[in-house]
Amino acid sequence: MKKKSSLTRSILIGLAVALVIIVYAYGFQVTKVNFEETRSEKRLEQLTRIIRALAHPEIIEYDQEEVFVEVPIYLPCPEGDIDYPEPDTSGPYLVLDPYCENAGEFIVVRGENFMPGNRGPINFIPPSGASLTMGSFEVDADGKFEERVQLPKRQPLEDAQIVRAIARQNVGAPYFTSVAGATFDKIIETIFLALLATTFGTIIAIPMSFMAARNLMSDVKSPLMSVSLMILGWLIGMALGFLATRYVRLLNDLLADNTLMMIGGLVLSVFVALLAIRWAVSTEEEEEGPGLGLRAARIMAMVIAALGFILATYLLADLLYLLGDYLTGKLGPFDFIGYFIEQTGAALNIVTPLLAALAGGAVFGGMLSQFGLVLSGLLSEGAAKVVNFLLAAITGAILLAIFGALVEWLYQIGNPVETFIIPAAIGFLLGGLLSLRVGPKDLLPIGSIIYTIMRTLLNAVRAIEPLIYVIIFVVWVGIGPFAGALALALHTIAALAKLYSEQVESISSGPLEAVTATGATRIQTIVYAVVPQIIPPYISFTMYRWDINVRMSTIIGFAGGGGIGFLLQQNIRLLDYRAAAVQMLAIAIVVASMDYISSALRKRFV
Amino acid sequence: MLEVKNLTKIYEGGVKALDNVSFTVEPGEFLAVIGLSGSGKSTLLRCINRLVEPTEGQILWDGVDVTAANQSEMRLIRRKIGMVFQHFNLVSRSQVLTNVLAGRLGYVNPALSIFNRFPKEDTEAAMRQLERVGIQDQAYKRADELSGGQQQRVGIARAMIQEPEMLLVDEPVASLDPVLAHTIMQYLETINEEDGVMVLCSLHFLDLVHRYADRAIALNDGIMMFDGPPKAIDDEKFKEIYGKEAERVG
Repeated sequence: MKKKSSLTRSILIGLAVALVIIVYAYGFQVTKVNFEETRSEKRLEQLTRIIRALAHPEIIEYDQEEVFVEVPIYLPCPEGDIDYPEPDTSGPYLVLDPYCENAGEFIVVRGENFMPGNRGPINFIPPSGASLTMGSFEVDADGKFEERVQLPKRQPLEDAQIVRAIARQNVGAPYFTSVAGATFDKIIETIFLALLATTFGTIIAIPMSFMAARNLMSDVKSPLMSVSLMILGWLIGMALGFLATRYVRLLNDLLADNTLMMIGGLVLSVFVALLAIRWAVSTEEEEEGPGLGLRAARIMAMVIAALGFILATYLLADLLYLLGDYLTGKLGPFDFIGYFIEQTGAALNIVTPLLAALAGGAVFGGMLSQFGLVLSGLLSEGAAKVVNFLLAAITGAILLAIFGALVEWLYQIGNPVETFIIPAAIGFLLGGLLSLRVGPKDLLPIGSIIYTIMRTLLNAVRAIEPLIYVIIFVVWVGIGPFAGALALALHTIAALAKLYSEQVESISSGPLEAVTATGATRIQTIVYAVVPQIIPPYISFTMYRWDINVRMSTIIGFAGGGGIGFLLQQNIRLLDYRAAAVQMLAIAIVVASMDYISSALRKRFV
Repeated sequence: MLEVKNLTKIYEGGVKALDNVSFTVEPGEFLAVIGLSGSGKSTLLRCINRLVEPTEGQILWDGVDVTAANQSEMRLIRRKIGMVFQHFNLVSRSQVLTNVLAGRLGYVNPALSIFNRFPKEDTEAAMRQLERVGIQDQAYKRADELSGGQQQRVGIARAMIQEPEMLLVDEPVASLDPVLAHTIMQYLETINEEDGVMVLCSLHFLDLVHRYADRAIALNDGIMMFDGPPKAIDDEKFKEIYGKEAERVG
């Protein structure tokens, strides 16, 4: 019995080994492994050439001076004596041994009085004036050289022909090649591309990382009424914020003709907004809630403040744009500052509606969710059930209608029944069903749901390489480093948010507990108990990511994303390996020093 | 007055940490909660400010049902309940002053506090609280530069700046040496006597219970074994609370 089982074991092991061999054998075939080819002489020769080219990066060059030294030669030897001129020994001269020979024979060429270290070709010059290279020389320390060269196979000729040595000499100081200059420009571009991508990625990744941290999200629970009102609030708030920016934009355009009016408008709108906020926000929370009238007036003041800030942002954006435009071309080497101001203005113009929509969503979402919480406490079970059903059904309908609109946009179905009415109806039903399934005042694990959505999203975005994103961004913003920066930033957001959130999950829970126990809100808890704990790892991961981004940005140019990769790819395609070697060297230096700098900085912060 | 009625807590996974616990605490009383490690003392204290969600039962504080409060109501209740922890639970990389000011978070405007802006009175009050526990000269140090005893005083200052009506104290001296233990306990005693704050304090050592508490309740495996003056814990009661093999020391 025992023996049999050991036999089956052996067979199984044998089968497993066979299977492994088959897998690898197939792998060899699929990857076209070919060791024969690696030994082929032609390949080896090419490989040697490329490796030698790579070993001679085209970084510096010299101006060269050429000295021609000539001596007559007879092919073949003439009859009778040769009337041979004495060489001028004051400068470099050539001595041949012999001075005449048959075509195709070997002769020895000696050089005297040359500059040590000079080198160059030894040429044969027939009467036609063509130049046939016979060999090359390098002058030794005594100013001499001796080379054995083969004469060309030419028709016999009575007249003297010429052997010429061209001594080449470097003159002046070495200077960088144009390849080195271009490489330097591009490597700077690469570093800044990585810097911008890391910075913007970090800014967006931080808030996302809190939503992707289980320990912060798992105990966020809310009754259905509050959740549906929160979603509705976000949608309404985003729409209102977006609309507000459009109308404020019109007001802004009224002022846009006159710079003085713009500056005045900016100062005034900021002043009014700050005043309104100061009035609306009391520093200490009152024990008793404020009266209804005061509350309404405060909300009005907040709205005025919000509109004031939007107007101020637009005015600032336009002013920056004008200022940048004015400065560009006047600052000489600091022109880039003008360009930066101009682009900041343009960016501000683009992101204002987005920010306003987000702020509106946050405010309305927060307010309505709070209202839902209070309402849920006030209503009786039965009434809560009815309100829940209505709210959840409406929310579901709206959410799925938005989803339908997205499908319509992507697939252009053009049938409102399929992309609007049916999704809305399904959403209505799902929302309604959900409200019936859960108790009217049950707390839903909304935090865990957000956590799961966030994690899934981050994993999906992270799974795609920046090299692929850049293809999309090249279509959007054109070939160049901007596309590369956007692609890297997108990947950075996802990767960093994941890493950050894992850091949040590993903080010590004691301070969190203590700050929660003081009656702090969730955001206060994050600011006071979480943020101080995560600053060192966040800095460390950001440095690490910058390091990665520099490495990524060296190749993002392969797909049109700017930076040094673009140059490298070009030179490889042109088979200019000496130029490519310069770029490879630059990448190696930058990556190695980034690696060193980032690890040194990380050590300081952790 | 705090009334705890039939409080039961079953953790996920079925561990019964509290089993039908009921007791009341009068305003101004110093109540000690005793029992072995794992007997449910910490869970009991955390149920009162709902850091731990009770499974069943009711907690009434001056007639308000704490167990039924929603999130924002709970914040208003929590800011009147100070809490002191065994491991101090300070934010170690933050300044001592910031750690104390964190106690005001339930009162200040949430938006301003995010940017670390506190009203001037709060900063002054924080300095006064630090002075009261004798470490005002450490206010601008980082919390992790302080010794254990000093850190616990910061913890007390943080609880006291809340102007609490109740103090939940979870093993305040278990991480400290005996001399420090008495100093810390004396601060709690002063707070209890001078400010009239109700104190619920879990303790390991019976001598501390005798010395500082007005009354004691004892837990064993989540079940309440004793409720009465500390003096009433005789040898028999002691064995009931701590188990048959336990011996009294000191």
